[in-house]
Amino acid sequence: MLVSVYRYNPEADDAPYMQDIHIDIPGGKDIMVLDLLQLLKDKDPSLGYRRSCREGVCGSDGMNMNGKNGLACITPLSAVVKKDKLVLRPLPGLPVIRDLVIDMAQFYAQYEKIKPYLINDQPAPAIERLQSPEQRAELDGLYECILCACCSTACPSFWWNPDKFIGPSGLLQAYRFLADSRDTAQAERLADLDDPFSVFRCHGIMNCVSVCPKGLNPTKAIGKIRNMLLQRAT
Amino acid sequence: MVTNVTSFGRSGLYDWMIQRVTAVVLLAYTLFIVGFLLLNPDVDFQQWQALFANTAMRIFTLLLVLSFAAHAWIGLWCVTTDYIPMTGLRFLVQAVTGLMTFVYVAWAIHIIWGV
Ligand code: SF4
Ligand code: SF4
Ligand code: FES
Repeated sequence: MLVSVYRYNPEADDAPYMQDIHIDIPGGKDIMVLDLLQLLKDKDPSLGYRRSCREGVCGSDGMNMNGKNGLACITPLSAVVKKDKLVLRPLPGLPVIRDLVIDMAQFYAQYEKIKPYLINDQPAPAIERLQSPEQRAELDGLYECILCACCSTACPSFWWNPDKFIGPSGLLQAYRFLADSRDTAQAERLADLDDPFSVFRCHGIMNCVSVCPKGLNPTKAIGKIRNMLLQRAT
Repeated sequence: MVTNVTSFGRSGLYDWMIQRVTAVVLLAYTLFIVGFLLLNPDVDFQQWQALFANTAMRIFTLLLVLSFAAHAWIGLWCVTTDYIPMTGLRFLVQAVTGLMTFVYVAWAIHIIWGV
């Protein structure tokens, strides 16, 4: 099959380019894209990409495969290869450090803005802060996010304003803490989100939902934040 | 760098709410006019003038014009802050948009009360 990989080494190249590589998959097996990358790297050790867990848990190998963001380690070739061809690019919209490795600083800066930790100003109980099973269930579909950035880098609103729009990933996490019964900073959290960019740049395009490798739904969480803001204002 | 000073309702929530409410007004007015034309397929000048001479219709039309202006401003503000990263050019486009919106509103009022 033919693999076309985005290559850019800022120390050597003037501009990024696509490198075409013909490769035979041993035994014609339906391997994962990450395994394919290892085969490519065996051929050309200068190819750069991130990976760690190789089982969809760490979120480091998010990339754009034939136009769709996803995790290379849990995406089988059969799910993305079209006409025996695969185009691999870094996640769109963020600066490229090298080849398929992007600079996630802006993504993390948005994550930091939503204060991704429990805030509770009440005296700590002797053992732990308890939740009922129902209260705990509120966090389902939120806490599973692995911060792979597949969603935010698929979102046009995040491409145009990555410094001001929190993005689907950060907003999913914002709602995760807004919905937590142990958190007492709901009012402050909402006040921080009530500008024209942080939440309201979401136009419901839903690219985020279609790419999330964990099957999460940031658009739904964003809708819930919007309802909380409405309730607070009216 | 885009700051928020030129948005309409100052807060994202208000911009968002204004956008929804004005959309409903635009829809209601459109339906009303389309309905009127369907019920009066051979409308003549007298009927048309009588319709707009009615104070309720003038108020409804003024509401339409103001809703249209707010809706257009918020929408175009979003578009310019998405697609024009150069501050100078963005300011220019926003200024022209704002000025044109104002002219259209004033002109529309002149027309509505000139019937
Ligand atoms: S919501 Fe999904 S796509 Fe977005 S960062 Fe979390 S796991 Fe990745
Ligand atoms: S639904 Fe909102 S956050 Fe998700 S891709 Fe669309 S604009 Fe971005
Ligand atoms: S390598 Fe950890 S998610 Fe793919």
